[in-house]
Amino acid sequence: MTLIPLFMVIPLGSAFIVVLLGRFKETVSDVLATAATLMLAILPFALIIPLSQEGIFVYRMGRWIPPWGINLVLDGLSLLMLIIINLVAFLAILYSVSYMKKFTAKSTYYGLFLLMLAGMNGVVLSGDFFNLFVFLEIAAIASYALVAFGVEAEELEASFKYMVMGSVASVLILFSIGLIYSLTGSLNMAHVGTILQGQKGNLISFSMILFLAGFGLKAAIMPFHAWLPDAHPSAPAPISAMLSGVLIKALGVYAILRIFFNVFGMNIQLSWILMILGALSMVGGGLLALKQNDFKRLLAYSSISQIGLIMLGVGCGNYWGILGALFHLFNHASFKALLFLNSGAVEYSTGTRELKKMGGLSKAMPFTGATSAIGSLSISGIPPLNGFWSKLFIIMGLIYAGRYVLGVITILVSVLTLAYYLKVQRYAFFGKLGEGLEKVKEAPPLMCASMVALAIICIGAGIFFYPIMKIILEPAVRVLQEGVGYSSLVLGG
Amino acid sequence: MMFFLCFVLFLIGLYCVLIKKNLLKIVMGIVIMEYSVNLFLITVGYKAGAVAPIVTEGAGKVSFVDPLPQALVITAIVIGIATLALIVALCMRVYDRYKTFDITKIRRLRG
Repeated sequence: MTLIPLFMVIPLGSAFIVVLLGRFKETVSDVLATAATLMLAILPFALIIPLSQEGIFVYRMGRWIPPWGINLVLDGLSLLMLIIINLVAFLAILYSVSYMKKFTAKSTYYGLFLLMLAGMNGVVLSGDFFNLFVFLEIAAIASYALVAFGVEAEELEASFKYMVMGSVASVLILFSIGLIYSLTGSLNMAHVGTILQGQKGNLISFSMILFLAGFGLKAAIMPFHAWLPDAHPSAPAPISAMLSGVLIKALGVYAILRIFFNVFGMNIQLSWILMILGALSMVGGGLLALKQNDFKRLLAYSSISQIGLIMLGVGCGNYWGILGALFHLFNHASFKALLFLNSGAVEYSTGTRELKKMGGLSKAMPFTGATSAIGSLSISGIPPLNGFWSKLFIIMGLIYAGRYVLGVITILVSVLTLAYYLKVQRYAFFGKLGEGLEKVKEAPPLMCASMVALAIICIGAGIFFYPIMKIILEPAVRVLQEGVGYSSLVLGG
Repeated sequence: MMFFLCFVLFLIGLYCVLIKKNLLKIVMGIVIMEYSVNLFLITVGYKAGAVAPIVTEGAGKVSFVDPLPQALVITAIVIGIATLALIVALCMRVYDRYKTFDITKIRRLRG
């Protein structure tokens, strides 16, 4: 399938062209970045039908056969991630056209954004460990720079913290890749999978622990979460939407799923570890979110909580759990991106992020108010919005696996989620208009357009969950349930 | 033995990152960790008495070192330089704003 490298080629190429052309005229860079991301957002949908016929596409770089050459693998799970990443990226770029006017050097911003996008697409498609590491670093370095983009004191501090944690995570991952290479003599994930099958040993366990710590740091699961509540709110709003909605999933959750399910193979201990870490971050993130008064910081803690929910669903390992987790991955990208864009619109119009200084904004900003209400309701799991179905599937998975206590905790955390989003609605959007907010106007039309598009995705995915489940999610679930059978598909195909 | 030394170097770097209060010393800790991992990768590909893997006439039966880790390490070093450049630039900006390198005094974010 010759379309696969385009996912890296388009953003990498346009990243450099945008920066070059943006020096002459800023509108050129706006148009170019929007066109590139629009193309990327359409491309995965064109691959759905061919992929459902073939099952898996392996692209061999320079026609070298897999164990020796570099290969890109597109299967159901990668396609799901590609759809999420590129859709959110397109809407975030559309939003930044108006939002980023207050910053200087807009073309540099687009360049970094597209580099980050190229990195994420690469991570999702890469078929060997070392390329995964390289693309991960491309995405991570671009995101460090983007967090510090405003160069205010807080932003620099947050970026430094993020960068130290991120570098430690990268070193751990590289160390583990070295260990894997010394044990198996191969870097191709499928080939490593076949060699490691049925083997046990201290060094294999050690490398698994290193991978879990490294990717756990990238995914901000609870013991490794400290950087996220600083880094995500400090970035400009469309970048917060990308980081919280997509980056932690592509770099963290996706990599954990791919490596533990398809290369090492799941076992009962690993599933317990994932479930315990997931439950811990779900409860911890939710409790910490409840006491926040900064709009974006609250959303960041809520991200930790939702990532915990995803890990919990993955950990229980049966069909419904994995289906729910992957659906929640999709849903969380839509509503968390929406809510971060809402917070950006509020900050754009009122100039503050403190919830207590706001009030009555849904009258002054009808689009922002309505879309944030939809986002809040669907993240809290109110039927028929999309968050309800994914949470239901995860709870069903937990009950089928016999983990009743965890199921009850999930329901309680869902109530907790509703509580802190009602707090947001109550302070920011309902009630009397806050002091000094009489002249607040609605955000510019392009910003409203991308928020409305995300709100429509939230409602649409809730009503039409069945076709989405059958067409996009089930192939992804099948990839994870096949486990180490992935190797023979890649090497044989 | 070499593996053990790599691990010790790695732990020294980790110690620096976790304990030191100065921004630049933390950066040095990260760099030490990176280099220990690079050294580890090189050691994995090393064979005693082997030569560089270049096939010349009459070199049929000589054993070669594994060239793949060397290629990986070159890439890892380049990535490491990019990270280092960005993080040092960040340290300079932080110093401009806070007039100090002491992380206990750089604490405007909390919660």
